[in-house]
Amino acid sequence: MKAVETIVIGCSTGGPGALARLLGALDHRLPASVVVCSHATSSPHSMCHLLAQHSTLPVIEACEREPLRGGMVQVAPPDYHLLIERGRRFALSVDEPVGFSRPSIDVLFGSAAEACGEGLIAVILTGANADGAAGLACVRRAGGAAIVQQPDDAAAPAMPRAALELAGADHCVALDEMASLINRLCMT
Amino acid sequence: MNPVALNLSGIDPELDDIELNLFVSAMRQRHGYDFAQYAPASLKRRVYQLVEQHRTSNISTLTGRLLHDPTFLPQVLEGLSVPVSDMFRDPPVFRALREQVLPALSVYPRITIWQAGCARGQEIYSLAILLEEAGLYDRCQIYATDFNDAALRQAREGIYPAREAQAWSRNYQAAGGTCSLADYYSARYDFIKLDQRLRRNVVFADHNLVTDAVFCEAQLVLCRNVLIYFSNPLQNRVLAMFRDSLLPGGFLCLGLRENLALAPAARDFEALDSSLRLFRRCPEPVHDEGG
Repeated sequence: MKAVETIVIGCSTGGPGALARLLGALDHRLPASVVVCSHATSSPHSMCHLLAQHSTLPVIEACEREPLRGGMVQVAPPDYHLLIERGRRFALSVDEPVGFSRPSIDVLFGSAAEACGEGLIAVILTGANADGAAGLACVRRAGGAAIVQQPDDAAAPAMPRAALELAGADHCVALDEMASLINRLCMT
Repeated sequence: MNPVALNLSGIDPELDDIELNLFVSAMRQRHGYDFAQYAPASLKRRVYQLVEQHRTSNISTLTGRLLHDPTFLPQVLEGLSVPVSDMFRDPPVFRALREQVLPALSVYPRITIWQAGCARGQEIYSLAILLEEAGLYDRCQIYATDFNDAALRQAREGIYPAREAQAWSRNYQAAGGTCSLADYYSARYDFIKLDQRLRRNVVFADHNLVTDAVFCEAQLVLCRNVLIYFSNPLQNRVLAMFRDSLLPGGFLCLGLRENLALAPAARDFEALDSSLRLFRRCPEPVHDEGG
């Protein structure tokens, strides 16, 4: 199996709290790039600020044309779709919202699947809609691994449930077990 | 139409690439539209959307229709330009235009403004309202350009869904609006129509940033969230075209999250407010490449 270079994480309702717990338990030596797409309505500064208070890795906003950075968390800016180009650089788009969401998890995951192939882990956390399910299916088709939060463990179960129904998962775990799983997949 | 547009993605990326290249070649060789220097991820997503929208089985079927059905091109162009915006999108930008840029423009007896990539015109009407309220409108010549003729037609009409009006009114107030946005449109059924006096000095014209050249000498160029779709060389070339279209000291207004770090032509601009992506052309070009 190819080494994990990139971890993309999607969440919606209940996302900031779940992200804070997950990022707070990642190994601070994690070599992979972590890219977050959250529908949370709070301002970008407060989102990065909030996550930085808990994360073991530095948290910054993802900037168009810039490369994904290993050992950092990069967060999708509000009101743009975030995409990953081949060559692992970010691109932004103001194309129409997908299912009322911009950024859309499907758009991020779909582009990440193409850009990263097997070196990708995609994670679906809590959320009250079905965004991310189609993208997760792309990730798995392209050889990446899918981790989905157990629906009954999620603040809002609809998003992980939709992901499991459409795409399935390589790992379906509770939030408290997720960081150690990711650490193990990335560090060995 | 299913806007997710992902069902093809990831099955056979190599085949998708070949098909996408053939599609781009057909657009260029048959119709003169060059998308080869668009950023690939978004272009590919839009082409997948066209495949879904027209219920074809793959990109090659689209390409075949594009070559043989002369009525198909406008639909493809519409799909590839995806013109989405709002009135007074990013209110702090319009507030800065009102408070910092328009006072600087007011010293000129004639003011030329170019909005490149005006799409359906939401920002042109926003700008026109600012100019009216500053008492500058009648001195202005405004060019609003796009390569999407359908969007230009809609921009001329200035008709938008009424459900947008509330959010746009809030944007207008947040941008320092002194009246009510409703003073500038009439509402009927589910639509609002912008006061057509707002476009009396606006020329809507077909212009393609990829292939067309400088055509005016402007004090202000707006081009928001267009360059994000361009590869680095094309971004730089268009930025150089904006420089060559601006008078020394002229203003350039880009989208809030555009990154010019990789564009050499950015050295010919200085930031007026870098967080709002407001720039001024330097007095003398210091860099000539890509022009």
